[in-house]
Amino acid sequence: MAKVTYVEHDGTEHVVEVKTGLSVMEGAIKNNVPGIDADCGGACACATCHVYVGAGWEDKTGEKSAMEDSMLDFAENVEPNSRLSCQIKITDELDGLVVSMPESQH
Amino acid sequence: MSDPKAKVVILGAGHAGGSAAAFLRQYGHEGPIVIIGDEPIPPYQRPPLSKAWLKGEADADSLALKDADWYAETNCDLRLSVTATALNRGAKTVTLSTGETVAYDILVIATGARARRLPIPGADLDGVLELRTAADAEILKSTLGEGRKLAVIGGGYVGLEAAASARALGAHAMVLEREPRILARVACDALSTFFTDYHRAKGVAFELGVEITAFEGENGRIKRVRLADGRGIDCDAALVGIGAIPNDELAKDAGLECVNGIVVDLEARTADPSVFAIGDVTHRPLPLYDRSFRLESVPNALEQAKVVASAVTGRAAPTPEVPWFWSDQYDLKLQIAGMPFDADRILVRGDPATAKFAVFHLKGDQLQSVEAVNAPPEFMMGKSLIASRKPVSVERLADPSISMKEVAL
Repeated sequence: MAKVTYVEHDGTEHVVEVKTGLSVMEGAIKNNVPGIDADCGGACACATCHVYVGAGWEDKTGEKSAMEDSMLDFAENVEPNSRLSCQIKITDELDGLVVSMPESQH
Repeated sequence: MSDPKAKVVILGAGHAGGSAAAFLRQYGHEGPIVIIGDEPIPPYQRPPLSKAWLKGEADADSLALKDADWYAETNCDLRLSVTATALNRGAKTVTLSTGETVAYDILVIATGARARRLPIPGADLDGVLELRTAADAEILKSTLGEGRKLAVIGGGYVGLEAAASARALGAHAMVLEREPRILARVACDALSTFFTDYHRAKGVAFELGVEITAFEGENGRIKRVRLADGRGIDCDAALVGIGAIPNDELAKDAGLECVNGIVVDLEARTADPSVFAIGDVTHRPLPLYDRSFRLESVPNALEQAKVVASAVTGRAAPTPEVPWFWSDQYDLKLQIAGMPFDADRILVRGDPATAKFAVFHLKGDQLQSVEAVNAPPEFMMGKSLIASRKPVSVERLADPSISMKEVAL
């Protein structure tokens, strides 16, 4: 279980408990947090679950696969701390994680 | 024009119907929403049914679009295990299989499509399966396991994904395809060849250009598929994946125009101002290709769900998207953007032997569609170029050492 804070582009924060094993994306979708679209449902096929990982958390969120890296390379407004949230699995280590969403996923 | 208190009735609790309800609430619609679904579970994602579900990695809860309590919490009356049997557009009511009549201000028909059946002897035997619903997936899953034999009727996406899942579970799979190549309706020759070779290397057998004349069984259960040439293919189960038929009968009977699906415009409207239709059941305009078509994809269901929610709430419609699609088989990710309509040339970028390549369909120097295998840059940039219609340099496009970011002219 981990407490995750999702920050919308306008600053609105949503703090939710996300079960271990779910992805950061699933945590948002299941808790009705706006700002993550996840059109392909987590198949790493659409790049509409884009988030910016909060400072200090990048190492704990794990390595990007080549597929995620490629998809991100062509997404909009990508920063060094960008990730596709469907590819980050929640572990106890991520308790307190903060991610923020771009203005739009499309 | 748009009434925030309007009562919206959504026929169909699939991906389109479920998403339409979610977007209506997200965009601020306040009026009651009724969702009518014929399955016993709330709206869920279907793509994993041929993949993660079969492998025991997903279930109805993990695939649910929204938690079960979301519906009551947001004043969405979710009616499950119920079908709509008639539509009365004059009275603006829908009759349900329970005998009830439900009134609407706005109706959204999202009844999807059903699996096409093979009308041959033995089609009703146990073990002759289709794959549209979670219930179907559960039955299919129970037939797969070490050494079990799955006959896959139809070399389309459903069949190929199921074959890949069967192999992952140690089951044998044989694809029986009527056309000379698999994916005949949906992909080009190069892709058919690539996927056939890849599946073969994983142990899937293929019989191409064959006709099936009967399912044969014992004690009511399938044992064998009989081919027109006389051969019998032994199997424990047969999955029929030969296309889908839109559930447009209700609309047709109510006098709405249907042409391989309910005809709608870019706003998902029918000719009746109170009736919209979305998802697999619709025949819709493709502005990029100047024609109408029935798309069968999750991205289309989502796009039309957003479009109808925008129309109902008076919100500006999203920019029309490039139709796109994906399929996961083994460690292959196939991503397709656009449709190859009006293409006059095909260009392969990369080497299929590396399982990382893309096939582009061009009209002159304009991209019409791209089929990318393990090639996200080709897919993402391709989708963008198809939308923008920016001409590309064919030389740069054909050269994988040049980034996709540099191929536009």
